[in-house]
Amino acid sequence: MIRFDNVTKRYDRGREALSNVSLQVDPGELVFLTGRSGAGKSTLLKLIGLLERPTRGQVLVDGRNISRLPARKIPRHRRQIGMVFQDHKLLEDRSVFENIALPMIIAGYSQREIRARVRAALEHVGLLNREKSTPSQLSTGEQQRIGIARAVVARPKLLLADEPTGNLDPELSLDIMNLFQRFNQVGVTMLIATHDLGLLEQLGGRCIVLEDGEIRHGEHQTL
Amino acid sequence: MTMASMKNYLLRHAQNCIGSLGNMTRQPVASAMTIAVIGIALAMPSGLNVLVRNGQAVAGGWESIRDFSVYLKPGSSLENASQLREQILQLNIVETARLISADQALTELRNDTAFSEVLGALDDNPLPHTVVVRPNPAATPDALKEFQEELIARPNVDLVKLDTEWLERLNALLELARRGVWIAAVLLLGAVIVIIGNTIRLDIQNRRAQIEVSKLLGASDGFVRRPFLYTGFWYGLCGAVVALLLLIISLWVISGPVKRLVQLYGGGFQPIGVDRLTLITVVAGGLLAGLGGAWIAVARHLSDIQPKV
Repeated sequence: MIRFDNVTKRYDRGREALSNVSLQVDPGELVFLTGRSGAGKSTLLKLIGLLERPTRGQVLVDGRNISRLPARKIPRHRRQIGMVFQDHKLLEDRSVFENIALPMIIAGYSQREIRARVRAALEHVGLLNREKSTPSQLSTGEQQRIGIARAVVARPKLLLADEPTGNLDPELSLDIMNLFQRFNQVGVTMLIATHDLGLLEQLGGRCIVLEDGEIRHGEHQTL
Repeated sequence: MTMASMKNYLLRHAQNCIGSLGNMTRQPVASAMTIAVIGIALAMPSGLNVLVRNGQAVAGGWESIRDFSVYLKPGSSLENASQLREQILQLNIVETARLISADQALTELRNDTAFSEVLGALDDNPLPHTVVVRPNPAATPDALKEFQEELIARPNVDLVKLDTEWLERLNALLELARRGVWIAAVLLLGAVIVIIGNTIRLDIQNRRAQIEVSKLLGASDGFVRRPFLYTGFWYGLCGAVVALLLLIISLWVISGPVKRLVQLYGGGFQPIGVDRLTLITVVAGGLLAGLGGAWIAVARHLSDIQPKV
């Protein structure tokens, strides 16, 4: 599903965020990406979502080389990926329903389909009764669940999450991770960046460790 | 495109269209002021244009009148004048010739209240006999000039006046005014484009978060652009409607004096109001400026906004 071939990403200031990284994530896998802040976790996810372009090397998503994808094809690429962010990136002036519906509106689904799927996504994250609230009326944990609902509502094959539990206490974090595991069980490939090692120990599963932009551990399915 | 996705596409456009209007009503005072400025800027050149077109219509009605006034020398008798008229009538180029005797002219002038007192103070009639000659409408300007020179060479003739010189001057003035209106129209349309462009630019800034998140979720440029273009469309359309209302009100205010003026000129002229041409021009100008301004703002500022994570 994801393949990196000798990927290097250097930012303008000369710092190398990723050095010669190669890795592979198979369809249906749930992979954690860990390492200290600044180790390159976010950069790696950004390259997959084409929020950044690699300086060298190839990134393949679902068998397609996206390193040279023209800018006008980026939107279509992003629509096939669900993304969850640490600060959840919800729109404060829209209701929960409207926030979750946004990816489907962008993809051009019909009104009826949107209503059905948004309700289904809300039910999955256990917040069906909050669809009329605004994000600021919800707790941090609830906001993150809305972020997840928005990421899965258009049924992407691949879901990326960047520190999804960064702002949550351990109990809520475990909740969120269990939610991800449930989506993974229905076939969604997942790549989750987190520095919460304690949480990873509880969950188990494959883990890629990044250190100073290089892979220390886990480039192949070894764990 | 299948029927269902076509229907979705049109529905999406309709939602954007209505949604943009809804966003404008959320800041009613600011939107109303913008629309008022656009309306005034559109109304000014179109109002001037209506006035100039009326002027041209009036002048055009007078175009066919190219009468000569042939004044006889003082002391010429009425018989001389009558003879001259007979002679002139023989000429091919002449359609009609009418004799106004000095007495007739005096009587006419006395009926005009403004002159009656002055004339009453005079002992003698100071006015000459006059023959008013209307040439054939088909006559060329050169032939008319030749004819004028021929008349002035005749004995007893004091002065030949072509009554259309003022008309040519009026036409020249109207042409000048018409070009002036064009320049004003271009400048004011430019101003409207700038106003709308700036309004949309602020709108884009205010909705930065929404644009960023949409792009993050895979929104195409077209998807992000569309609501702003519709906003420009609405500003242009509302501005045009305001401009037309202003025009109708202004023309209604001056309708009384215009009616009197028309009566004074014998009522042979139908004043032009807000006709179909004006309507189409104002609406087209408004939409052009609205979409143009929005397009410029979107092209300049939308690509600056890229999602940051």
